[in-house]
Amino acid sequence: MTTDKNTKNDVVIKVSDLQKSFGSLAVLNGINTEIKKGEVVVVIGPSGSGKSTFLRCLNRLEEPTGGIIEFEGINITDKKTNINKHREKMGMVFQQFNLFNNHTILKNITLAPVMLGHMTKKEAEEKAMALLKRVGLADKANAYPSQLSGGQKQRVAIVRALAMDPEVMLFDEPTSALDPEMVGEVLDVMKELARSGMTMVVVTHEMGFAKEVGTRVIFMDEGIIMEENTPAEFFGNPQNPRLKEFLSKVLM
Amino acid sequence: MILKPMSIINLFNDLKEEFIFNFIDGNRWKWLVEGLGVTLQVTFFSVLLGIAIGVVLALIRSTHDTNISTISNPVARNLLRFANMIAKIYLTVIRGTPVVVQLMLIYYVILVSVDSKILVASLAFGINSGAYVAEIVRSGIMSIDKGQFEAGRSLGLSYTQTMTKIVIPQALKNVLPALANEFIVLLKETSVSGYVALQDLTKAGDLIRSRTYSAFMPLIAVALIYLVLVLFFTKLVGILERRLRNSDH
Repeated sequence: MTTDKNTKNDVVIKVSDLQKSFGSLAVLNGINTEIKKGEVVVVIGPSGSGKSTFLRCLNRLEEPTGGIIEFEGINITDKKTNINKHREKMGMVFQQFNLFNNHTILKNITLAPVMLGHMTKKEAEEKAMALLKRVGLADKANAYPSQLSGGQKQRVAIVRALAMDPEVMLFDEPTSALDPEMVGEVLDVMKELARSGMTMVVVTHEMGFAKEVGTRVIFMDEGIIMEENTPAEFFGNPQNPRLKEFLSKVLM
Repeated sequence: MILKPMSIINLFNDLKEEFIFNFIDGNRWKWLVEGLGVTLQVTFFSVLLGIAIGVVLALIRSTHDTNISTISNPVARNLLRFANMIAKIYLTVIRGTPVVVQLMLIYYVILVSVDSKILVASLAFGINSGAYVAEIVRSGIMSIDKGQFEAGRSLGLSYTQTMTKIVIPQALKNVLPALANEFIVLLKETSVSGYVALQDLTKAGDLIRSRTYSAFMPLIAVALIYLVLVLFFTKLVGILERRLRNSDH
């Protein structure tokens, strides 16, 4: 254990030659990258570039058709690994929030930790309330998802993932389904999370977020990583012509 | 029943006589009560069996249709394919043949040695209802947004945990009206139990008719009892529906 503690501290997710195709349609054509502990990696790219598919492959919500994903040094693309165990450590936030409609906000957050034996019901509820307070939604604990606004739902969804104490948080376009005036409240929570040292992979169209809190920005197109760099270099001195074109369209 | 030149009093007296003749004489009302008991028992057990079969079939069918590509174990995958095929055959055969024929086949051919007619009828109607419940529940499962399932799995919950805690409760709530409808149909379908000489409510009414040679009273009585049962059941489902709706807007 001591030997791989270094790698564990360093690289959280290692992706080697990741491929994914839906039938004859190739979406990912060999992705190679590493996500290090504490990094906030922002993935951008035109729609259809495969960035969401890439993210969803990381916790195998999509089954990769080729390549290897290692999480904390363990090959999770191996069919023999129990993916559920690893998913407990990879929080995910969806574009459409996906709160459990049949449960209260509190139950949404405590369901998994209690069911998977991480905490007692009481511990989980205390933790949930503390987290809800942190995102300013403690008064919504007993409400149902349908009673919340989009921004509130997404903050709860972030809390739900955090309640599992994940090693890494995956965000799949977390603000794309929100009304414009609610984008800010969700980004604020994500920024705070980034500053607290959480390892994050964020697929987004929010260039401001990428510049402000990203430690690395990845540009994907045609199922491969076209360019990756620090935000300053990425936005200030883009190399790839496709990226230049993309940035000229979105940054105005 | 002979209607004399009209007066309300006469009509009332005639009805009263008819009533006494059909139900009070020879304690024939007891047949109806016993028949009602049989009908309720058969309906109760077949509803339970129908739900059990239906949910299992619906899970097999919907898992096969939406998730087979995510199953990595080839043995499990083939097992699911096989189960799905069996489920499809079951649905085709049961939905493609009349329930009376199924009942008689089970009673006279398949379970000849079983003595309890209530058991045989419950099995027959339960097996029949299971096919319809399966499609209702499947439509419910399919109606739940895929994101609900993915959110559960992304937290580390297993397939079974996600289905039982998140997907199925929402699916059942959505299909409650359709399920209630199926059970009302089932209750009334048991009226063909007489085909295997099981004395249910309908058969009891018919028995009275065959003794008294008077059809009006016993058949109306039987019809009214079914109607009251259905009204009661509908009311119950209404309360349940309202309670479920209140719990999550």
